[in-house]
Amino acid sequence: MYTVADLKKGLKIILDGDPYLVVAFDFVKPGKGQALYRTKMRNMMNGTLLDRTYRSGETFDPASLEERQMEYLYKEGEHYTFMDQETFEQVVMEEETLGDAKNYLLENLKVEVMLFGEKAIGISLPNFVNLRVTGTEPWAKGDTSGNDSKPATVETGYVLRVPPFIEEGELIVIDTRNGEYSTRVKG
Amino acid sequence: MHADALWLRANVIKTVRDFFWERGFLEVETPLLIPANAPEEHINPISTLPSWQLQTSPEICMKRLLCLGHKKLFQISRCWRADERGSRHLSEFTMLEWYRADSDYQVLMADCTELLQSVIVACQPERPNFVRNEVDINPFTPWQRISVQEAFLQFGQVCVWDCLREGRYEDVLTSVVEPALARFDSPVILMDYPVELAALARIKPDNKELAERFELYLGGLELANGFSELTDPVEQRRRFDEANSARKCAGQTELPLPEPFLAQLATMPASAGIALGIDRLVMLTAGVNTIDEVVAFTPENL
Repeated sequence: MYTVADLKKGLKIILDGDPYLVVAFDFVKPGKGQALYRTKMRNMMNGTLLDRTYRSGETFDPASLEERQMEYLYKEGEHYTFMDQETFEQVVMEEETLGDAKNYLLENLKVEVMLFGEKAIGISLPNFVNLRVTGTEPWAKGDTSGNDSKPATVETGYVLRVPPFIEEGELIVIDTRNGEYSTRVKG
Repeated sequence: MHADALWLRANVIKTVRDFFWERGFLEVETPLLIPANAPEEHINPISTLPSWQLQTSPEICMKRLLCLGHKKLFQISRCWRADERGSRHLSEFTMLEWYRADSDYQVLMADCTELLQSVIVACQPERPNFVRNEVDINPFTPWQRISVQEAFLQFGQVCVWDCLREGRYEDVLTSVVEPALARFDSPVILMDYPVELAALARIKPDNKELAERFELYLGGLELANGFSELTDPVEQRRRFDEANSARKCAGQTELPLPEPFLAQLATMPASAGIALGIDRLVMLTAGVNTIDEVVAFTPENL
């Protein structure tokens, strides 16, 4: 059980049955007045933001969340399947729940799956992933248009901007935190 | 940045000290560990030894010095309030308090103006403005004065007494009134509090509903709380008992009364006293938004 004194950024609590992450917190207390604990929380199931103000004496249940390493197996329609390599337990996640993470899911990629009870509610990816370019325009030598990037499609279907010298078939490193090209894998 | 903040802090404290010395105030040190603070509904003292508390404010001892005949007093001291931690709160913080015998809260407002002007000129000569959330607050322009009721009506379209009755006072004050005060480019004095919020303040002679209490705001940040002092021991004891009853109702421990203070209170001349948060004054002088940026160490860093 948490009390208002435990509230801080990053705390995970249960509210109306859903897990919430405290994303902003402030303690306010006007002179001679009662203390207020103002929070902004994100619903970890659907991402919606919520503003709530609490007073002394209120309590919260901690959200017990488990992070487990799993491997991405395959996708079927909008459903993505992951498997725990030790227990062979499988979980399925909707495309909507995955958000941008789906852009980097290549079979056998190891990710951390966040579980709330039995339900998978999100994944954390490695900061960098290597993906092969499956389509991009060739670099027109002598191009003086001044463009320093061009679009490229990678094997997951994700499209991003890459430098003009990147060619089809090359392996590139993508930063999963912002979805941008990072560097080229040589050789 | 950190070294700059510490130099600025030292400079602010030195300027404050010089200010009061130059005006003939006696600098005092009173005990930090005391048997009883002034009981308040929403302030929890920290007890380190049975029957002793760290001061939540030096007010009790300083007022006893007024009773002994001292006329102009100031003190810069540490105060402690349990479970107060946020972007503008630390459980241990530094408070400036000053007291004037034979004065009322109007005199304190004038002191505030001179003090803030002195601090900013001495500590930020390049840009003599306080800064809060990137907004400049000029202490040399005329200060706004607005009553609490006017502020609630004007900014929130609600009556402050309705808010008090419905338990919404703190919520409206912090979510509506204070953000409105943040838009002023001069310091703002919020004054004449409902008697329910009087604590140790005198009632206005011409309006029994209001106390001669004010709070000084810069950029929406509450910097100081001053009032004409209540000198009636019977009324003071009644308010302390009321605070303890409210604490009991809320499941809080009742607090001991400062009996020697109550015994001496009848001898206190008509006086005025004010508490000003030094950490917040440094925040405004530096133009930083959190109290963490103006102290050597936060509790989390220890």
